[in-house]
Amino acid sequence: MAQGARPLSPHLQIYRWYLTMALSIGHRASGVALTVGLVLFIWWLVALAGGPESFAVVQAVMHNFFGWLVLFGFTAALFFHAANGVRHLVWDAGYGFDKEVARQSAIVTLAVAGGLTILFWLLVLIVA
Amino acid sequence: MQAAIGKVRSRGSARSGAGTWKAQRFTAIANLLLVLWFVVNAIAMAGSAYAEWVAWFHSPLTAALMILLVLSTCYHARIGLQEVVEDYVHHEIGKVAILVGITLVAALLATAGVVSVLMIALGG
Repeated sequence: MAQGARPLSPHLQIYRWYLTMALSIGHRASGVALTVGLVLFIWWLVALAGGPESFAVVQAVMHNFFGWLVLFGFTAALFFHAANGVRHLVWDAGYGFDKEVARQSAIVTLAVAGGLTILFWLLVLIVA
Repeated sequence: MQAAIGKVRSRGSARSGAGTWKAQRFTAIANLLLVLWFVVNAIAMAGSAYAEWVAWFHSPLTAALMILLVLSTCYHARIGLQEVVEDYVHHEIGKVAILVGITLVAALLATAGVVSVLMIALGG
């Protein structure tokens, strides 16, 4: 920083963890994780454009326990970020700031994200 | 023409924050719709082989929505990563270097994605 070391306000390690705070941090963490997923998604598109051989490489790399684990984490981050993103858009519109409402919407967000993730993989297992 | 001293010292408003804020929301809404569309199709296509995926991309609707999905997600990711870096990286030169890197990688991913979708859609 140009003006040298300034005194800093207390940060994460000072505060007791609570639900709305965890979701706020989770939104950023899942967003960062999703950019890694975005790289995988683009890799899949490039491989598909490259032909059957390069597509087979993607399938070989992803069709194992570790690959499925990454994909599961990717979808969990996706559904959480989407659900919590809707919560943020509602806030942007000016609603839901009351402390108790924010806590309840956090619980709904977690339930929706978890539910959609499980539903997605159940449907994939049924279809595939 | 005079620049405010705060701006010169990189401490003032760049007067473009609201535009970025709005772009983040617009791409968020676009992402919601496009990801929902892709997820539904991904479930329907689960377990598909190479040829089936390629056939799906031959639909103009698929190609168009996939290009929008690539652009919207890459743009949204770039804004979000920039926000995180601006909040946590305090070393000025390091921060600028990371932001330049994020922008270049986002542009590279978006371009690679769009070119790939076009190649699959228009390929034989």
